[in-house]
Amino acid sequence: MLKTAKLTPEAIRDTQAYLQLGLTTDEYHLICEQVLHRLPNYTEVGLFSGMWSEHCSYKNSKPVLKKFWTQGDHVLAGPGEGAGIIDIGDGQAVVFKAESHNHPSAVEPYEGAATGVGGIIRDIFSMGAKPVALLDSLRFGEPTDSATTYVISQVVAGIGGYGNCIGIPTIGGDMAFDACYQKNPLVNAMCVGLLNHADMQKGQATGVGNQIIYVGAKTGRDGINGASFASAEFNDAKETQRSAVQVGDPFMEKLLMDACLEVIHEHRNSLVGIQDMGAAGLVSSSAEMASKAGSGLKLNLDLVPQRETDMTAFELMLSESQERMLLCIKQGSAAEIREVFDKYGLDAVVIGEVVPGHQYQLVHHGVIEADVPVDALATQAPVYQREKRRPQRLDQQSATQFVPVIPDVTATLKQLLQQPTIASKQSLFETYDSQVQTNTVVRPGSDAGVIRIRQTDKALAMTTDVNGRYLHLNPRVGGEMAVAEAARNIVASGGLPLGITDCLNFGNPEKPEQFYDLDEAAQGISRACQLFNTPVISGNVSLNNESNGEPIYPTPMIGMVGLIKHLRDVTTQDFKRAGDKVYVVGATHADFNGSECQKMLTGQVSGNLFDFDLATEHHHQKLVLEAIQAGLVASAHDVSEGGLITTIAESCFGGDLGVTLTSQLPAVQFFAETQSRFVVSVAPEHQAAFEALMQETVTYLGITTAEDRLWVKTADQAFDLPVSEAKKLWEGALPCLLK
Amino acid sequence: MKFAIPVFPGSNCDYDLLNALRDCLHTPADLVPATTTDLSGYDAVILPGGFSYGDYLRSGAIARFAPVMTAVKAFANAGKPVMGICNGFQILTEAGLLPGALQANESSKFICQVSPLHVSNTQTRFTTAYARHQDIKLPIAHGEGNYYCDDATLAELKAHNQIVFEYVDNPNGSVANIAGIVNRRGNVLGMMPHPERAVETILGSVDGLGIFDSLLMNHVQGDAHVENR
Repeated sequence: MLKTAKLTPEAIRDTQAYLQLGLTTDEYHLICEQVLHRLPNYTEVGLFSGMWSEHCSYKNSKPVLKKFWTQGDHVLAGPGEGAGIIDIGDGQAVVFKAESHNHPSAVEPYEGAATGVGGIIRDIFSMGAKPVALLDSLRFGEPTDSATTYVISQVVAGIGGYGNCIGIPTIGGDMAFDACYQKNPLVNAMCVGLLNHADMQKGQATGVGNQIIYVGAKTGRDGINGASFASAEFNDAKETQRSAVQVGDPFMEKLLMDACLEVIHEHRNSLVGIQDMGAAGLVSSSAEMASKAGSGLKLNLDLVPQRETDMTAFELMLSESQERMLLCIKQGSAAEIREVFDKYGLDAVVIGEVVPGHQYQLVHHGVIEADVPVDALATQAPVYQREKRRPQRLDQQSATQFVPVIPDVTATLKQLLQQPTIASKQSLFETYDSQVQTNTVVRPGSDAGVIRIRQTDKALAMTTDVNGRYLHLNPRVGGEMAVAEAARNIVASGGLPLGITDCLNFGNPEKPEQFYDLDEAAQGISRACQLFNTPVISGNVSLNNESNGEPIYPTPMIGMVGLIKHLRDVTTQDFKRAGDKVYVVGATHADFNGSECQKMLTGQVSGNLFDFDLATEHHHQKLVLEAIQAGLVASAHDVSEGGLITTIAESCFGGDLGVTLTSQLPAVQFFAETQSRFVVSVAPEHQAAFEALMQETVTYLGITTAEDRLWVKTADQAFDLPVSEAKKLWEGALPCLLK
Repeated sequence: MKFAIPVFPGSNCDYDLLNALRDCLHTPADLVPATTTDLSGYDAVILPGGFSYGDYLRSGAIARFAPVMTAVKAFANAGKPVMGICNGFQILTEAGLLPGALQANESSKFICQVSPLHVSNTQTRFTTAYARHQDIKLPIAHGEGNYYCDDATLAELKAHNQIVFEYVDNPNGSVANIAGIVNRRGNVLGMMPHPERAVETILGSVDGLGIFDSLLMNHVQGDAHVENR
């Protein structure tokens, strides 16, 4: 870095050094000819490379993101802010966002995952909200080789290491395994915060003469130009990219969070704006704050707290050292603000001010190191309308559904319960503190995590979901299903879905087939969101998830939050009492393409995705929520991967109850993954009211029992085994694989 | 009865404890900074859980040097009740107020689960509200909760009935299934499980109430009357 920093503007042009930083030749010429009307120096090229990376500018995904449905009268802040905000009444709001840390986690899984958690927490408290819960959506390769199990154990340890220390409960998430993620794991962290309307913050730097304060950890040479790194495709030479991964310090972040929230709550009149230093570090936070406010900005880099010597302007601006925030405060209030940070032992240094005009100026050692229009950095990155072409894989698919032939369904169920994607994740979840803050009503392992809201009778349900296999077979319908499953999880927990955040994990958008997947998925997501009235309020995009040319499955992670209106409505998936009536909501069809059963029996995921109807889905969700709110439901569990029999088994496990059920379906259909279904149990005294409400949407299956026996008689075979045996297999599979 | 909750940088169960005492036990409690040197005016001190100073060194190893710990020691030496939960227990052993040490869990992993416990001594001022040999369930959440002491110390603990809580299925490798102990005098309790997380039905358990109830009850009946037996 030091050597290249001495490159002259002419040498940068002649050697095309900008390519190495992630700018294309066209982008470089655009900067020279239309933005600056001169050659940029090395620092300036660095600023543009960071700000014009996909991670910061969304230059490839903007046309897609525009298609998202972001409306809704309960939305207080949508995409564009640090995180989205939704009104939940009583002067309170819920704030949430998810962010991917896929590339860093592939290179250095512990720190990659840990800093992913740290970054998303900063996004939440920078809005003025107290972070109250974390979730993680993870995708790994098959946990059968030591390289993959190492990544899994380190990612999980990194998530726990950060969340446990900072004291925010990790209350949910999802985890699945497919070979396509082997070299490109997905690590998507979501944070949820609670906010009083009066504390709502914006990342803006207004008012000439107002001061820019840098707070938190010192700047080092870690994660330099990480935003560009994260926006590039992987190859086997990735070892050289190790310095692009940051190192997290949750203790520092706890102090930073507490101090920032104290400033927000108690020094409201002195604070103008606050923003996290995330991707592209100091340049992105400062340029965005100024651009959003239509201001100019001047920073003196000599004043930036540094933990290494001889750092260049380039390094200072593009370092992604963690646990740093940027504040804009009213002129003259620096002493008051510094006093708060002093109490926490944190640096808080005035490094610049808002200036007239619209230029972004950096001074280092008395030299002007950069002087560029602030909007050019923050909002004027080129936007690419990528070419879209339907991938061949979608046309070569079989139009018929896979039909499993299963001689012994009980044996197949045992095998299915041990598949990594189906098996219990308890051994991993229990390394996360899920109870700190003492608000957790439903811990990880049910359909959604639930936290109560103190001083009210309300609670929040939250979940993450997506099944990449479905999108692989049909990106648009798979996108709809991802939102639908998330909403089913919220509803099954007793909540009304409020809105979503997303991490759009896709391949290289410059390849027309992969852009097709992204565009189609976004349209599916948007359509479902509109119908469910769950606007997209925040999210991020992670493209180029490929290794050596092979993309992952299209995997748009959906993070959803729902409002539970009364604590009595909180519902879990476990059967509660022997003698309760068991129903399935929704019809079951021979839907096997893309199912866990297909993958397990054939080793692949193929064929046309089965039919899905959003209106039916929505209807079923509304009915189930109504039944829960009427107090008729003892347990509710969404039917997803592994089908009806897996859902029934899981509902038995929690309460150690058995079932005696009868169905007219052929036994194999208990493995089908038809959408829009729930398994619900109802106390006998509510049976009549429940059936009257649900009408023809439900099918009665039988009763729960105190016996250690899962017994399901079907049109042909019977599932018959001790619940304890099934549970042991389900619980033991992952610990055994990860040993 | 008024409680002080010393807050170290990195403590993260401080508010949980405060809420439990104020909202569920309806008793006054204050958070006091680790720089406090004066604990007069308080009737009991509880060191909360968390990661004091990041716990990047041995857990509690730095916190024991915080100014408030001098006051905590004086408070304990005066026979007043002192309790440490999780990180608080680790700090008490580091400070020498309780014997033994907390090592990394046998699995080397952080464990968060609801742990069945046996109340082995219901005669301390922290446990009189429990029935004799009562089995309870309390949440645990720690990476370094593996209690260790040498044989001589263990013999001492047993001889003086200082083992207060024992794990039913030892989750972390602790010597003699130890989950919580008192000092010989019986006024200092350290425990890895989190009673403050088990004070409301909505959160899954109220088994933690017994500890706080015991403290309140024994204070009302005249402090220091219930010495360890």
